[in-house]
Amino acid sequence: MAATDLIALSARDAAEQIRHGHLSAQELFEAYRERAAADAAAGEEGLNAYTWVAEQAPADAPSKEAPLGGVPLAVKDLFCTAGIPSQSGSKILAGYRPPYTAHVVEQLEAAGSTILGKTNQDEFAMGSSNENSAFGAARNPWDRTRVPGGSSGGSAAAVAAGLAPWALGTDTGGSIRQPAALCGIVGLKPTYGSVSRFGMIAFASSLDQAGPFARDVSDAALLYKHMVGRDRRDSTSLQHPQEIELPSGVDLKGVRLGVPKELTGEGVESGVREAFNATLALAEQLGATVETTHLPHAPHALSAYYLIAPAEASSNLARFDGVRYGLRAEADDLLEMYVKTRAEGFGPEVKRRIMLGTYALSSGYYDAYYGRAQKVRTKIAEDFQQAFERFDFIVTPTAPTVAFRLGEKTADPLEMYLQDFCTVPMSLAGIPAISIPNGLSDGLPVGFQIAGPAFSENRLLDAAYVLEQALGFDGTEVRR
Amino acid sequence: MIDRAQVLHVARLARLDLTDEEVGTMSRELSAVLDHIEKIGELDLDDVPATSHVVDVVNALRPDEPLPSLPREQALANAPEVVDDGFGVPSPGAS
Repeated sequence: MAATDLIALSARDAAEQIRHGHLSAQELFEAYRERAAADAAAGEEGLNAYTWVAEQAPADAPSKEAPLGGVPLAVKDLFCTAGIPSQSGSKILAGYRPPYTAHVVEQLEAAGSTILGKTNQDEFAMGSSNENSAFGAARNPWDRTRVPGGSSGGSAAAVAAGLAPWALGTDTGGSIRQPAALCGIVGLKPTYGSVSRFGMIAFASSLDQAGPFARDVSDAALLYKHMVGRDRRDSTSLQHPQEIELPSGVDLKGVRLGVPKELTGEGVESGVREAFNATLALAEQLGATVETTHLPHAPHALSAYYLIAPAEASSNLARFDGVRYGLRAEADDLLEMYVKTRAEGFGPEVKRRIMLGTYALSSGYYDAYYGRAQKVRTKIAEDFQQAFERFDFIVTPTAPTVAFRLGEKTADPLEMYLQDFCTVPMSLAGIPAISIPNGLSDGLPVGFQIAGPAFSENRLLDAAYVLEQALGFDGTEVRR
Repeated sequence: MIDRAQVLHVARLARLDLTDEEVGTMSRELSAVLDHIEKIGELDLDDVPATSHVVDVVNALRPDEPLPSLPREQALANAPEVVDDGFGVPSPGAS
């Protein structure tokens, strides 16, 4: 088969062909590896999607019987991979090669997946543009002068551009959904706890969740199916109550969609809103009922998030002190070594969030900031619980804008934070949400977000699949 | 508003060495972000319980079985400095 035909195959079709002996896993791996390596070598001309690319296909190919049959996988840099660089996009972990592999990566390898490469990301997953990376910005394959979104920007760009059949990302406040939207692919942020966090370099532990990036909903479902499960090394992980199924819906008859006024009005640019409204009309044609609703505390979600996430980060990132791994600055005494190592190793956004989090947790401010934010979190979760009494799903645009230009929002942290306006509420509530491609606005992809109650992934994937089939988005032009 | 003195205090708590310029930038940027965040002060949250975690799990216990831990040489493999089979660090100093 010609390399271009290999790249055109969906991940599930490729696994099927390998299973039937029509395609070798090595051949498929090599086709992707060459594209990934070529992009990595292209410098400014490329997407800078990868931070590390495998030199060759693994010597012992996975069993053809394995459910993922040897289909290669791109993995966000922050997943620890034994012996393979894992820096979470940070200079402070320069040269770090973990002694162990993240649980979810191990599990996918056991299911027959192979690691194609590690992908670029905002440092410690803090950012919405992938510009906060020690490896430099990744670029959007739809327009290389624009950002791919973040923090999992490299994974999203790689999948959109056909440099990987699918990829792993993580989502803390939107870091899977927003780049999926900006790159015109599918991204699922699963229910908190459904995927083990063991071996993920932590950002905000009560919010971080791994999830799949894929070209379509069915591939996302297949990858997610093999990610879930309780892991004794993550005491917050839970057994998913259902086996994850490949989606099979044909219509949306009887499906009740709630459109929250607070997340669909002001701040959403007109092209994004038009695409969103058109898809609501399409959903009605497919049998869904669409009704406006309210999530009264959603406008405060971003504030709560930007206290809770930095607070947890300031604690998690205390481990980067130059003692056990990564960078160490020269110093005469221990304290000087700590403060200099951290000053040299962390980028500006990470420093900003450590400072914000430390401030929010500091004596005299704890109750007013961190304590209040945790109460707002309760109210946001209650808003969703009430909404799900009346609706099967809550739908919103994924991001308020299309991909913006590199450098456009770097001068104003707050403006960058507003990118997460529609995705942060679900993160705080711990519920699953998926972004699917919702057409183009000015030639750039728009995302449609569907959120459901905890552990509703099967229904969520079904609904997303029905809409995806009806929308017929074509992302092939950027995969050439 | 977070002034320079507060920035320096928080930086000390966070073990971050900031340049003079960074102190100024941090003061401006954190103040702007906190201005936005302070909107949550308007909400009535008196009787609302705090959510630290969304997963309803209490005491996730596992059997107390001895398992091998990371071999010493692997644990030390990434260390910037190894002394006597341990992590080497500069002197804590007199201060």
